[in-house]
Amino acid sequence: MTALRAPNPGAVADLAAGRRARLRRRRVVIVVLFLIVAGALAVALMVGQTFYSPAEVIDVLAGRDVAGASFTVGRLRLPRAVLAVVTGVCFGIGGVTFQTLLRNPLASPDIIGISSGASAAAAFAIIVLDLSGAQVSLFAIVAGIGVAMTIYLLSFRDGVVGTRLVLIGIGIAAMLDAVTAFLLEKAPQWQLQEAMRWLTGSLNGASWADVAPVAVAAAVFGPLLASQARGLALLRLGDDAASALGVRTERTRLVTIAAAVGLIAFATAAAGPIAFVAFLSGPIAVRLAGPHGSPFAPSALVGVVLVLVADLVGQFAFDTRYPVGVITGALGAPYLVYLIIRVNRTGGSL
Amino acid sequence: MTAAHNLMAAGLRLGYRDLVVIDGLDLTIPPGRLTAIVGANACGKSTLLRAMSRLLKPQAGQVLLDGRPVRRIPPKELARTLGLLPQSPIAPDGITVADLVGRGRNPHRRALSRWSRRDDEAVAAALEATRTLDLADRTVDQLSGGQRQRVWMAMALAQETDLLLLDEPTTFLDVAHQIEILDLLVELNRDRGTTVVMVLHDLNLAARYADHLVAIADGRVHSAGSPADVLTPATVRAVFGIDSQVIADPISGRPLMLPIGRHHPRPD
Repeated sequence: MTALRAPNPGAVADLAAGRRARLRRRRVVIVVLFLIVAGALAVALMVGQTFYSPAEVIDVLAGRDVAGASFTVGRLRLPRAVLAVVTGVCFGIGGVTFQTLLRNPLASPDIIGISSGASAAAAFAIIVLDLSGAQVSLFAIVAGIGVAMTIYLLSFRDGVVGTRLVLIGIGIAAMLDAVTAFLLEKAPQWQLQEAMRWLTGSLNGASWADVAPVAVAAAVFGPLLASQARGLALLRLGDDAASALGVRTERTRLVTIAAAVGLIAFATAAAGPIAFVAFLSGPIAVRLAGPHGSPFAPSALVGVVLVLVADLVGQFAFDTRYPVGVITGALGAPYLVYLIIRVNRTGGSL
Repeated sequence: MTAAHNLMAAGLRLGYRDLVVIDGLDLTIPPGRLTAIVGANACGKSTLLRAMSRLLKPQAGQVLLDGRPVRRIPPKELARTLGLLPQSPIAPDGITVADLVGRGRNPHRRALSRWSRRDDEAVAAALEATRTLDLADRTVDQLSGGQRQRVWMAMALAQETDLLLLDEPTTFLDVAHQIEILDLLVELNRDRGTTVVMVLHDLNLAARYADHLVAIADGRVHSAGSPADVLTPATVRAVFGIDSQVIADPISGRPLMLPIGRHHPRPD
């Protein structure tokens, strides 16, 4: 092993100090986001048509029987809030994985058609095949993976270029959204409420049965992705540099894409393609926490904050109750326009 | 000090799908020396370097490191012995110099291990060697081209490999920065015994700095050996298709090639 001349000890200490200082901001942001999540969760459990005090909520969480609250908090608000948390994590991590891998903020699964594919398949399973529960999830996942593979193959020409993949993905997303809209036209009135969620995403009527598959997916794919964090960070140097540093580039890419698609598809099957959460979480997290360290934890937390808070806003801020996807959609659209304008200005790659 | 490693290629055929750029190439890299690979544009120099560092699978033949095919050596293990600085690596947005150079430590880090003092020392040594220590906390996008190239070099040095392959490390640099980078490679080779293999565009700089010169033409090694043996008008004719005169470089005594174009007066 070639070691260079021994460095100046002062320089080593300065480097270590600089590294710690860069990660400090990220740590603070993570703690603050955590507190916001905790606060939003508390509000989501206490507030509704009936207000329940923190003491009553805690009693319900502890499994004690509280008149009224046990049903409202335990059966309605809690699964809804937990589903918001879990889907927020899935969309946040799944989105930032794609954006990092393809070096493009527009390459998030809800822009390039993976969410649309999962959504269309779920709508098809419910409306046409009259399925429910796990079978719907299965359809969504197979379609998500299918769309991911299709885009990858269509955009492959001597390697995959982010921009080409994004444009092909946007086209495929438009086609799949049309399929979903077509299916909704066919839906009987009584299924419309259920099926509408596949257009924008909604947490209405969330139950523990909805939560379970996504929670398992998050528990399996989340750590799998985290285990690839170092390889993913090195892939950002380009394939050749990453390989030269000992990364198995193809394997890393395959595992991360598969895990990210899994997260997105399971979350979409449970709550619909909650608009733009996957797209927004990563860039917001990086803006807040800085570019140092793995983006997974901050992105997951931003995803949770977005879904939880947007759902509260949708439920209580207006006279009419809006599904969560309408609120996140209203947040995400301006950012999308901003990104496209910026691309136009710089004239560069996306 | 470093262990000497033998890197060689035998019967190599390289290409991308139907396009074959290297065919039937044999090459031995002298251990502990500085080797420069030269050749015309698109002759396969970079492709050869990629194959030697296992980035490209040969269509035929193989690359052997100490007798083992490089494709069979686990990537991380190989990356502790053989480093490659590709031609155009990408600096992630907002990354600092210290963090970028730290990426070079990857082959030495176990899956769940934390960043160690040893890693900090290797990064500091690499920054000192490339004279970029004062840039450590800056972001890479704030640097000039010459600084950036030195930082990429520092990343390759932090990898602490006995063999270092570089793909045109001096391209896009002005002459002062070219000399700076090449001097650094000489020091690395002389002080630490690192075997250096670089693809260079500039024949004269290659002849000036390399112990061993490899000229590539028509997908194989046209000639290899000391600069004095390799850099001749005949080689220049065969490799680049131009006439030239070769004189002794008054500074180093190495051969110096003067190209002869259509519009220059001929000697005599």
